[in-house]
Amino acid sequence: MNRIERTRNVGGYTPLIDGPDKVSGRARYTADFLSRGMLTGRIFRSPYSHGEIVEVDVSEAARLPGVKAIITGADCEKTFGVLPIARSEHPLARDKVRYRGEPVAAVAAVDDATANRALSLIKLKVRELPAYYTAASAMAPDAVQIHKRKPGNIERDVIFEIGDVEEGFREADLVREITSDCAEVCQNQMEMHAAIADYDAVRDRLTVHASTQVPYYVHLMLAQILDMDMARIRVVKPQVGGGFGARSEALNVELIAALLARKIGGCVRLVITREETFITHRGRPQTDIRLKIGMRKDGRITAVACECDQRGGAHSGYGTVTILYSGSMLYAIYDIYNVKYVGRRVLTNTPPCGAMRGHGTVDIRFAFESLLDQMAHELKLDPFAVRRANYLTAPTFTANDLMVNSYGLPDCIDWVERESGWLARKGNLPRGKGLGMACSHYVSGASNPVNASGDPHATVKIKLDFDGSVVVLSGAADIGQGSSTVLVQIVSEVLGLDLSRIRIITGDSDLVPKDNGSYSSRVTFMVGNATIAAAQNLKSLLIAAAARKLEAKPEEIECLGELYRVAAQDKGIAFDDVAAEALKEAGTITVTGNYWTLPESRGGNKYRGAAIGGTMAYSYSAQVVEVSVDGDTGVVTVDKVWVAHDCGKALNRLAVEGQVQGSVWMGLGQAMSEETAYHDGLMLTGNMLDYRVPTIQDSPPIEVGIIESNDPHGPFGAKEAGEGSLAAFLPALTNAIADAIGIRLNDLPVTPDRVFAAIEKNRRASPASPPDANAS
Amino acid sequence: MVQLLQFTLNGRARVDAVQDNLLLLYYLRDHVGLTGTKTGCDGGECGACTVLIDDRPRLSCLTLAAAVAGRRVDTVESLGADGQLSAVQRGFHEKLGSQCGYCTPGFIMSSVGLLRRNPRPSEAEILDALGGNICRCTGYVKIIEAVKHAIELHAEGVAP
Repeated sequence: MNRIERTRNVGGYTPLIDGPDKVSGRARYTADFLSRGMLTGRIFRSPYSHGEIVEVDVSEAARLPGVKAIITGADCEKTFGVLPIARSEHPLARDKVRYRGEPVAAVAAVDDATANRALSLIKLKVRELPAYYTAASAMAPDAVQIHKRKPGNIERDVIFEIGDVEEGFREADLVREITSDCAEVCQNQMEMHAAIADYDAVRDRLTVHASTQVPYYVHLMLAQILDMDMARIRVVKPQVGGGFGARSEALNVELIAALLARKIGGCVRLVITREETFITHRGRPQTDIRLKIGMRKDGRITAVACECDQRGGAHSGYGTVTILYSGSMLYAIYDIYNVKYVGRRVLTNTPPCGAMRGHGTVDIRFAFESLLDQMAHELKLDPFAVRRANYLTAPTFTANDLMVNSYGLPDCIDWVERESGWLARKGNLPRGKGLGMACSHYVSGASNPVNASGDPHATVKIKLDFDGSVVVLSGAADIGQGSSTVLVQIVSEVLGLDLSRIRIITGDSDLVPKDNGSYSSRVTFMVGNATIAAAQNLKSLLIAAAARKLEAKPEEIECLGELYRVAAQDKGIAFDDVAAEALKEAGTITVTGNYWTLPESRGGNKYRGAAIGGTMAYSYSAQVVEVSVDGDTGVVTVDKVWVAHDCGKALNRLAVEGQVQGSVWMGLGQAMSEETAYHDGLMLTGNMLDYRVPTIQDSPPIEVGIIESNDPHGPFGAKEAGEGSLAAFLPALTNAIADAIGIRLNDLPVTPDRVFAAIEKNRRASPASPPDANAS
Repeated sequence: MVQLLQFTLNGRARVDAVQDNLLLLYYLRDHVGLTGTKTGCDGGECGACTVLIDDRPRLSCLTLAAAVAGRRVDTVESLGADGQLSAVQRGFHEKLGSQCGYCTPGFIMSSVGLLRRNPRPSEAEILDALGGNICRCTGYVKIIEAVKHAIELHAEGVAP
């Protein structure tokens, strides 16, 4: 399927087509669209974690000269949310506040100073309610409900058993259980959230520029919140300064900007601060995991049982999907048939979590690969051997009916084993140094779209006009991952034209077809396949035109990109002449390419929610991490990472390497230093100093091996490359620490104080002898 | 209070009346319209707003506009000549030192500052010079490659 002979346009190292804009300061992000007369928007946020709103008094603020509009929950009756089943959120709190920092009112004023002064004059009166900052306290029997429709403060519980878990544990030679507490982390993308809303009151039209990964979802939610006809709304996504999932749902920022703009009948620019960006959150939830694995002496896994509680925050968001992903992806990387999963997504009085990079898979993968390592050690098996004992054989379906057609994990494992010198070096490193390995995987887009409307999963158009220009029109949101570049590469590959011939327009709902957005690593696979289809349709028209001109049959035409000819002829006709001939009949040509996922890729029905995890193809990753641990200070230094990623086929090796390195590094941040912290619901880490992001000086060399398993359904065989390598870093790190100092760390992040405390505890427990790795 | 500010911006003399509490960052972005310099944090945390003041990298979010009187200020928009990218710009573009691009102007100006004072920096000197700039996309691996590539281009005569 979609197999086309390779030319120079895919498979090489291609710098991003918008790179020159980014290195010259010409790239424009939402906050860069400045115009005269635009007002400044600011948000008044709740200082309370949980309470019934008694009064929002904006009267004094409204009298301040220069204040043009103030809105409160009274102005937004409708709710929003990414999942149609769980739209629990008002852009501005109505009736109740549910976390510290929740938007309560918003101001549009002539300048920042006036807007800030107005905020200081707004008075919020609430009847305070008990607040819950942990999943356990929110689930206590006497806890007050945070949302009326969610008794017990449980957003979603998932219970399923596949196979026979009891029997599986009986068959095991070794059964071990661990608990793991993974801290909440946040994307902290470099661009703070921003929106510019411009409302034309005369014509009742709204234009919104937003820093989003999902302009289509923003469009839907603007229509819903403003109760406006979708056809009267235009959403523009300019350059976006990173996403990592923080922007994979419509945020209150763009909705509030639009509400303000409509209220004043003008233009409002709402750029929130770094601290507010942290509070808007949508990061990875704090997760408590209890995991039990049964293993035979040969390393074969016989059963897995997992309990997983996620502190989801005050609103639903993607919560249901996250807790289901954790269950379905937990064991789908290996051949495991006896599985039990109990997951609970809990509502708490903290900022809402979301779909952070590696959505739902990261923390459970950490626990799983850590426990595998510990058990391998106890059984005196090499950790590589344990993975090899549990491979899937593609094509197949996993125990929960997830379709697997390509499985490059064995090649990934072989690569990192070889490149890291594992066999020679493991066990032979000096004291305080260690090697660890682990694996992970991820979807190439969810086969079931969030908003299932029956239309294709992806649609791309290509325009050809009088000037011979080929213009790709796509709604795919380039957020720095290089999606626009890869789509241009694909078109040039199919048409045989140089990259410089092709232009692309994205991110403007007036111009481009609808696209579900950039999340769950769907773009290369789904939009890529739609792009191939569109380019093939255009090529057919061009071949037909060339055939007319050359008085030949279409099947006799040979397309050489810039030249079309009848195979036997010496000279043919140039692309421009072919294009002119094609336009004679059709006028400006616009072709469409669509893509649908296969029904069998959409997951099974063995339990409610079993469709989550279904995808057309999984990427696979294996990593080896080398560390040095300072036993006196607890400081862990990552000396080097070897990572192999099965991306099916690297359409752009430069971008794949960049994505894989970025994923590994984001895993490193979560594993070693990143952690959001709250005091009575007040965010303590709302800046980049207290939220410790690794600097260039903390960051190791990351060597990337690209594994190409050539997925039969992928565009030119490609699969995802931007998320799958994140999760494996975390357990590979702690497995390396265990190798170095003999201490297993199952809670994240492994900050120096935690490592030091663990070393001290170990020293007190066995003062005479040095600790033995993995003793349990 | 409003002050008269005279200085050199991207090689050209400039005179403006500025509030004495106006930050250089907002002066550049909102008053001059040079939006290449980015705001990435609430003050002094991320390096995205780095510009050169008399060739030294400085955070424009922690610098008052009035404080650059009589100085030379260079932003990312000053780089490159005759339609060609500068060495550091080419390094970041060709080696994918820039993904989302938001931190890029800051990294580029820190790197240009480094190369102007030290055309042959060691890897340790590169890490030291870029330690105040945060990137969330690249893991820094390709940023280091980008700067090394820029050093080579600079050695061949391309301006940093």
